[in-house]
Amino acid sequence: MRDIAIVSFVQSDCVRDAGARNEVELIMPVVRKVLDNVGLESAQNVDFTCSGSCDYLQGAAFAFVLGVDALGAVPPIKESHVEMDAAWALYEAVLKIQSGQAESALLYGFGKSSPGELPIVLSQQLDPYYLAPLWLDTVSSAALQARAMLDSGEITEREMAEVVARSRKNAKSNPHAQLKGDVSADELLNEPTYLSPLRKHDCCPVSDGACAMVIATVEQAKKWGKPYAVLKGIDHRIESAHFGARDLTKSPSTEAAAKAAGVANGPIDIAEIYAPFSHQEIILKKALGLGDDTVINPSGGVLAGNLMMASGLSRIGEVAMRIINGECKRGVAHATSGHALQQNLVAVLEGA
Amino acid sequence: MSAQAEVLQQAFTLGFTYTRTTGLVVGRFLTALRDRKIVGIKGSDGKVIVPPMEYDPVTAEALSEFVDLPDTGVVKTWAWVKHPRGKHHLDKPFAWAQIQIDGSDIPMIHMVDAGDESKMSTGMKVKVRWAEETKGFITDIACFEPA
Repeated sequence: MRDIAIVSFVQSDCVRDAGARNEVELIMPVVRKVLDNVGLESAQNVDFTCSGSCDYLQGAAFAFVLGVDALGAVPPIKESHVEMDAAWALYEAVLKIQSGQAESALLYGFGKSSPGELPIVLSQQLDPYYLAPLWLDTVSSAALQARAMLDSGEITEREMAEVVARSRKNAKSNPHAQLKGDVSADELLNEPTYLSPLRKHDCCPVSDGACAMVIATVEQAKKWGKPYAVLKGIDHRIESAHFGARDLTKSPSTEAAAKAAGVANGPIDIAEIYAPFSHQEIILKKALGLGDDTVINPSGGVLAGNLMMASGLSRIGEVAMRIINGECKRGVAHATSGHALQQNLVAVLEGA
Repeated sequence: MSAQAEVLQQAFTLGFTYTRTTGLVVGRFLTALRDRKIVGIKGSDGKVIVPPMEYDPVTAEALSEFVDLPDTGVVKTWAWVKHPRGKHHLDKPFAWAQIQIDGSDIPMIHMVDAGDESKMSTGMKVKVRWAEETKGFITDIACFEPA
């Protein structure tokens, strides 16, 4: 496998409602900035472009095609899309580069979740005969998982509150975060339940925004003369669509992806984990095999702001930028997709 | 003199104007629901899965051995919805639950109409409340209720 360089990453603010700005207007600023950081004029200057988004958020088939308006795709470019978080767009680009069809790629993910009722929109990710007709929303399925965790004795409500308190504290240094500040676990535990056993703060907020990344072969990154982080491993795995066939208190797909990506091949300084619900960070930390010497979610993670279809790529970008800035040497990034951590992607990044 | 051109018109329905078959496994389960019965299917390891899956979740083997089951079960995990959403089928507070149908091993997700959160607990027994009219949909089970 050729080492791949993550050269540039930009994320917008996470905002509750982007108002009149449409998806193209959310994408354009991050794409412009991510290209400027590398000194590239447009998407014409990379070999491949891939995006991640969800047509259900816009409520129209092939809505993602509109996103291409943000690129300047004339004359035609080689372009693709995944109906997933843009972390999987990165995965597609990695395959493209590994198979020798590209030396560089532009990736972007975007989500304007504010116009709809996001947890209900996402209920339609479920199987169409047994679950989608029940309108099982994403907060409810996560609450079922949290109760299973609490019943099994694997976690306590206090541990869940501590995850949230740390997220809000870390987010104070993240200019893009939506929820930040000093709050104690005691204060959080005094809040009423929202969808029992979850309290409102156990759930990530609904956010609008976008992110973008430029990657290349190490040789190409050197030609550009820009600092970069190296993607040492990336893998993703999925679990059954039948909730009952899964052990919701564990994440075997994350474990398998972490093993294949080589997480355990060295110490991990920081980890950015895509845990939309507080209890899931605890499941994932264990599945990734991380100890207490790893700093978890220095950005605040998605409990501080969750860009649907972009937050996964943002986790990878957050780790890459901290490596490029010299804050750490080796990190792991995780992305998730579907209900209750059904599908998971793990990436391992190191300094050049 | 030519007659005025005829304007061609046709009614148009926007939507999926076709029907699909749900297949031999999903279809058998849904048809049983219409008859107010629950069937499961045996997985590769012999465990009974409800609702039945076409392929084993671990081995991917095609499954075909159906098992008739009662309409009672046990709550394995649950979540209390204080504020039902517009799309939800119950318009008063209710529980989502993973319910292990008696005689099965893999639980299914459905709603429990328990009236109050204090009536819910892991391990409680529940039974199906059938819809007034059954049509071969998962919603033929209106919900479960404490047994």
